[in-house]
Amino acid sequence: MSIFLAKRLLTLVATLLGASVVVFGVLEILPGNVAQVLLGPDADPEAVQAMAEQLGLNQPAWQRYTDWITGLFQGQMGDSYTYGTPVLELVLERLSVTIPLAVMAMLLTTVLALLAGVYAASHHNKLGDVGTMGLAQIGIAIPNFWFAILLILLFSVKLQWFSAGGFPGWTEEVGGGWWPALQALILPAVALAVVQAAILARITRSAVLEVLREDFVRTARAKGLSQRAVLWGHVLRNAMIPVITVMGLQFANLLAGTIVVENVFYLPGLGRLIFQSIANRDLIVVRNCVMLLAAMVIVVNFVVDLLYAVIDPRVEASDV
Amino acid sequence: MPLLEVDHLCVTLHTHRGQVSAVRDLSFALERGGTLGLIGESGCGKSLTALALMGLLPDNASTDGSVRLHGQSLLDLNEAGWSQLRGNRMAMIFQEPMTALNPVHPIGRQVAEPLRRHQGLGARSAQAEALSLLERVGIPQAARRLGDYPHQFSGGQRQRIMIAMALACQPDVLIADEPTTALDVTVQQQILDLIADLVDERGMGLILISHDLGVISQNVDQMLVMYGGSVVESGPTETLFRHMAHPYTRGLLAARPQLGAARLPDGRMPPLQTIAGTVPELADLPPGCAFSGRCSYTQPQCRSQRPVPVPQDGSDRHWARCLRPEAMAALPPSGMVAGSAA
Amino acid sequence: MSEPTAVPPVAPHPAQATAPATVSAATASPGFWQRARRHPSFVAGATLTALLIACALLSFVWTPWDPYAMDLDTKLQAPDARHWLGTDAYGRDVASLLLVGARNSIWVGVIAVGIGLTIGTLLGLLASARRGWTEEAIMRLSDFTFAFPAILSAIMLTAVFGAGIVNSIIAIGIFNIPTFARITRASANAVWAREYVLAARACGKNRWQITRQHVLPNILSVLVVQATIQFAIAILAEAALSYLGLGTQPPMPSWGRMLSEAQTLMFQAPMLAVFPGVAIALSVLGLNLLGDGLRDLLDPRLRRR
Repeated sequence: MSIFLAKRLLTLVATLLGASVVVFGVLEILPGNVAQVLLGPDADPEAVQAMAEQLGLNQPAWQRYTDWITGLFQGQMGDSYTYGTPVLELVLERLSVTIPLAVMAMLLTTVLALLAGVYAASHHNKLGDVGTMGLAQIGIAIPNFWFAILLILLFSVKLQWFSAGGFPGWTEEVGGGWWPALQALILPAVALAVVQAAILARITRSAVLEVLREDFVRTARAKGLSQRAVLWGHVLRNAMIPVITVMGLQFANLLAGTIVVENVFYLPGLGRLIFQSIANRDLIVVRNCVMLLAAMVIVVNFVVDLLYAVIDPRVEASDV
Repeated sequence: MPLLEVDHLCVTLHTHRGQVSAVRDLSFALERGGTLGLIGESGCGKSLTALALMGLLPDNASTDGSVRLHGQSLLDLNEAGWSQLRGNRMAMIFQEPMTALNPVHPIGRQVAEPLRRHQGLGARSAQAEALSLLERVGIPQAARRLGDYPHQFSGGQRQRIMIAMALACQPDVLIADEPTTALDVTVQQQILDLIADLVDERGMGLILISHDLGVISQNVDQMLVMYGGSVVESGPTETLFRHMAHPYTRGLLAARPQLGAARLPDGRMPPLQTIAGTVPELADLPPGCAFSGRCSYTQPQCRSQRPVPVPQDGSDRHWARCLRPEAMAALPPSGMVAGSAA
Repeated sequence: MSEPTAVPPVAPHPAQATAPATVSAATASPGFWQRARRHPSFVAGATLTALLIACALLSFVWTPWDPYAMDLDTKLQAPDARHWLGTDAYGRDVASLLLVGARNSIWVGVIAVGIGLTIGTLLGLLASARRGWTEEAIMRLSDFTFAFPAILSAIMLTAVFGAGIVNSIIAIGIFNIPTFARITRASANAVWAREYVLAARACGKNRWQITRQHVLPNILSVLVVQATIQFAIAILAEAALSYLGLGTQPPMPSWGRMLSEAQTLMFQAPMLAVFPGVAIALSVLGLNLLGDGLRDLLDPRLRRR
């Protein structure tokens, strides 16, 4: 087990480092002098030069890269160009919105997809199957931001159950509270979840159908287990193996979705921060946020890899 | 009353080519402690028969006729009824031990599962019972291996585990569908012996399915020879081997390679005998005798008229389905005696 | 979960080789159009896709109203006999805007998928033909890009190089490359393992000839199916980028941007937020159904009735 883990950890670190290089490199080619942008097109060239000096922009690229990486290890992300405040603070504040949103969406997605997929598979070729998969097809075709808008139309404009956007904050001091904050995240989470669930439901259904064809399912039935017991006790765990892979890959899509959905609902999350920072040419924020997002995806896939070993006892044996 | 009575069982498959009669008019009676063999080539319907007896036929199959276990009719059971019966009073083991066990559950749990399902045993007592079962079937160091997974066992051991699983609830009937076909030759005999011992010990009825005459002849008291969905010959193993009435049965036996056969005058080994032609698709069977065309005694009426069972040797226990008395009276190949077809 | 099977060292006999299942073989087989006509997914998908293309083409010659004509007197009107789908905040006819917007979607789809298809397929073929180092490198690189959410990177690129339809098409195109590279490599590997390829190699054909003559024709069906799916994804991506203001710029109509304008007017004119979304959804649905249908029809295993 430990060799398995060590190998995986090594890959994780390597991938993270590689990602950091890519992120840094891509943003290096950003044209336009940051100092120039900050001070405006009519600024005095000397002032621009001074600012560039102050921001450390004149150092060689590899130096700035290593400074950044070492800073990350110390929990230091530098200061934002636009706000002057430490990037870390900004990021943490925004994460308090994005992470709960992503978690809620992921949970909703999983539950919806599993139920729909298993249901469709157990009613294979009958109305339940065709109907569910038809809905899934539609779900895949719907842009998530449009679905978000439709949700707002229905629940905020017409029914007035939810507000049309904005985030009150988690604590009462800032005018929010635990429950109002969750409420503000419900519609966005649903918007994200439905599209993801549609994709995942199709995968779940084919995974379950595949497993149903396996010999051990026939053995289980021959033992006298009921259809339900066979499905939930024997089939599901085996079907989860491909499903979990896809869930891991989907996480990247989920994060991408949160960027767009946060814009629809005016949520002060990480996605919005990136978006605004790009507009502001606030490189430091952009670089750190993108790195953070990429790291989240990489770590989630790492966890998925580990989950394999838990779910499928054959993995360890063959993979050392 | 016989343990298991099957009368005129028919299995029809509804395929895109229309209705196909996969098993036609199959009947037998199995007593307590009795052993029955079903022999035939691939596609003759023997596996489907087994599945029909367990209620495990695919959705596009329908059955006709009657199957009675201790007098209780089985074919009109609903799914709940079947699920009550399977693994409990009737059990089945399959051909492919490599894939028949769930790869993500430990074997202790899989063997204990029918006990928990049918006898309501708690986890601990079920595990204890599973342990003794595994020891009985000859899994070494069973106590330590309860938590192991199927991929950690060899093919022969997995088949033993399957047997333990099947016999957990002391069923009355065990159906073994080609239990040794996928195993090494050296292991085959061990498994067959194990099955024979257990059947004896527990006074169960055994239905053994195989395409291998050697396997069948040594392990069962009565035999059914199947071809194209019909039983072409049936009877006690010894009598059947002594006088093989049906041309197909004779062809089957003649096709086996013979050790110690005399060489031909020019020094070559005698060529293997074959049955000319190939097995037709079930959808293409003639309305008459399924073997017509390949049989050297074929006459026009064989194709259109379905033969009825004709008693042989003056007893009603051994019969053959054939329209041609000459065919049935022909002598079997020399040197063939029951039990020596190894 | 199956163990890799070793390629048997059989003496290659071209006559015994299974006939390659190419796209042309599939479509030329007598049943293709009959089967296609009866396949519900294919029919529905083809119809919707044809509708999309028809709208785009139609927009070149005729639209109910001039899509750029603003008429503030008739702004925000509900659908009626004159303006079939209503008007937007500037009095422009929604139906006309949708028709012209269809052009957008098609441009994006064709070019972005084209980029991904050509470069990605080349990379995949290269990886599969050379194996070893090259393959590792190409695959690691494409695995890598999967770690970056595509929309995010597209956002970055358009932000770096400027907003606009061209840049967003390129950004989306770049993210098609790893997808096609992966799929091509996987399918190509399967073909390389087949016996008739062994036979060809034994006859002395070099890797490029084999790639051209055997591998490529056999993976075409997979690529065609993937292309329709990526087309759909490209439409969604462009819509999202336009919604965020990074895609097609005004005054050129874009379904995504129409939605973002409509959002600010939700309380006054809710219908404005519905029609462009329906257009996007129908186009994507049509392409997905078409892709599914093609996958079933071109799969040689399912061809036998």
